[in-house]
Amino acid sequence: MQKNAIFQSKLLPFALVAPQLAIVLIFFYWPAAQAVVQSFLLQDAFGLSTSFVWFENYLDLLQDAEYFATIGRTFFFSFAIALSSLSLALLLAVMADKPLRGGTLYRTLLIWPYAVAPPVVGVLWIFMLHPSLGVLARYLRAMGVDWNPLLDGNQAALLIILAAAWKQISYNFLFFLAGLQSIPKSVIEAAAIDGARPMRRFWTVIFPLLSPTIFFLIVVNIVYAFFDTFGIIDTMTRGGPGTSTVTLVYKVYTEGLIGGNLGSSAAQSVILMVIVIVLTAIQFRFVERKVTY
Amino acid sequence: MVEQEGIRRYVAHLVLWIGIAIVAFPVYLAIIASTQDNAVIANGQMSLLPGGHFLQTYYQTIFIGTSGSTREPVGTMLLNSLVMALLIAVGKIAISIISAFAIVYFRFPFRMTIFWVIFITLMLPVEVRIYPTYKVTSDLHLLDSYAGLALPLIASATATLLFRQFFMTVPDELLEASRIDGAGPLRFFWDTLLPLSRTNMAALFVILFILGWNQYLWPLLITTRDDMQTIQIGIRKMITTTDALTEWPIVMATAVLAMLPPVFVVVVMQKLFTRGLVETEK
Repeated sequence: MQKNAIFQSKLLPFALVAPQLAIVLIFFYWPAAQAVVQSFLLQDAFGLSTSFVWFENYLDLLQDAEYFATIGRTFFFSFAIALSSLSLALLLAVMADKPLRGGTLYRTLLIWPYAVAPPVVGVLWIFMLHPSLGVLARYLRAMGVDWNPLLDGNQAALLIILAAAWKQISYNFLFFLAGLQSIPKSVIEAAAIDGARPMRRFWTVIFPLLSPTIFFLIVVNIVYAFFDTFGIIDTMTRGGPGTSTVTLVYKVYTEGLIGGNLGSSAAQSVILMVIVIVLTAIQFRFVERKVTY
Repeated sequence: MVEQEGIRRYVAHLVLWIGIAIVAFPVYLAIIASTQDNAVIANGQMSLLPGGHFLQTYYQTIFIGTSGSTREPVGTMLLNSLVMALLIAVGKIAISIISAFAIVYFRFPFRMTIFWVIFITLMLPVEVRIYPTYKVTSDLHLLDSYAGLALPLIASATATLLFRQFFMTVPDELLEASRIDGAGPLRFFWDTLLPLSRTNMAALFVILFILGWNQYLWPLLITTRDDMQTIQIGIRKMITTTDALTEWPIVMATAVLAMLPPVFVVVVMQKLFTRGLVETEK
């Protein structure tokens, strides 16, 4: 953590950390502390007086069926996005790991969606599957599907999941490929000499060796689904129809926009904070980050 | 056996091309739509081949904007996005590299406390402190300004960690050598450490530029004036009006323009990009 060869100075090191420290304290810790304090307060209807109410805001949330539904929905979205994106990315990475002609070209053509912003992803997908003008929606209807994500909540949820998973393919692909390339060829050859067929080699040798990467990516994908889908949801469905695509972050955003219950909004933020802390802790505690490139 | 290997290779090519098609199709559609006539698209009669409105649509998008929903030409939005992305990327690198320098090369009170204070910000993304951060920014009169867009985002635990790790691997002999030459800490930082960090800075810059360019929630909150909008916010406003009024070719041209800079960076600086991505996740 510390070098043996160091400089002697009393003021300079403070001057060097000052800019970062100032930003962190003003824009990170102060607001976070505000949220925590707010979450224990209750304002009257006119905003004239506030009183300290302990955990009342939290208890209200926990008794709110709608809030529970939102938690469930957010987790469902996360798992659906992680599962679909990870499996497709793994398949592509296994294929791209083979010595193929044009290997680098394939890689380039698969990784660029990483750079597409979530709101743009939303716009691209709603255009493609828009009930009245979407090109793919046309085919769906021709096949007899009653496609209207603007009215049907399940279809809207499906749309969000597909779009969010689409964006994440490239990220997962890149890390899977890196993981696959770090597996020593000798291990795979040894299995081949023992007579293991390719499918068997994959499930008994490669897949277990890849598990640190998989676990790491699951955590990253859940964090992504919790937070970065905001832009996708906001351009595609705005949480609708009804509340069928409202996630935890989206709920905090929209309720704050309308104004009103500051305490509840703060309590929701604090719950999100706890979720991030848990996810980050899992990532640091249990994930072996052995990805090499 | 050899024949089977051939089939397998064929399957691999096929699967990869299907993957590429899935990944590329929505974007292909956007590019095609940006060259067609709005009336045709609105009727759901869009063709899958390029139309003849390319120049006209992009000219209107960049210099005039939509006629209804947003009052700003997309050119202004592109400029705002560029300024914000550069401020965020350069700002994060600058303040992180000097903090890491202080933490690694000096011994001072609260050194480790400060390190942890920076580190813990990893767990405080803007999404969990939306409105209190908005309040602070508004109290500081930073709404609708470039400083307001960038400042609250330029702290970076990852960049600080990355530079700290890198500085730990720099041999002590270099410092001793520069000390013999009579160089003080700032001289050593400028003449020795910075040049050595060039690749790390470049890799980080690529990732942070994309991150900054793609910011959405924060600019959405703090920009109210049309001329301060970033392109990501502008595109959202273009589809707020009722569907019948949405000018899809312009929306799609804006989407293409919004994608172009970050995608260009990924494709052209692929080595640095992958390096940066893997490094920042360590």
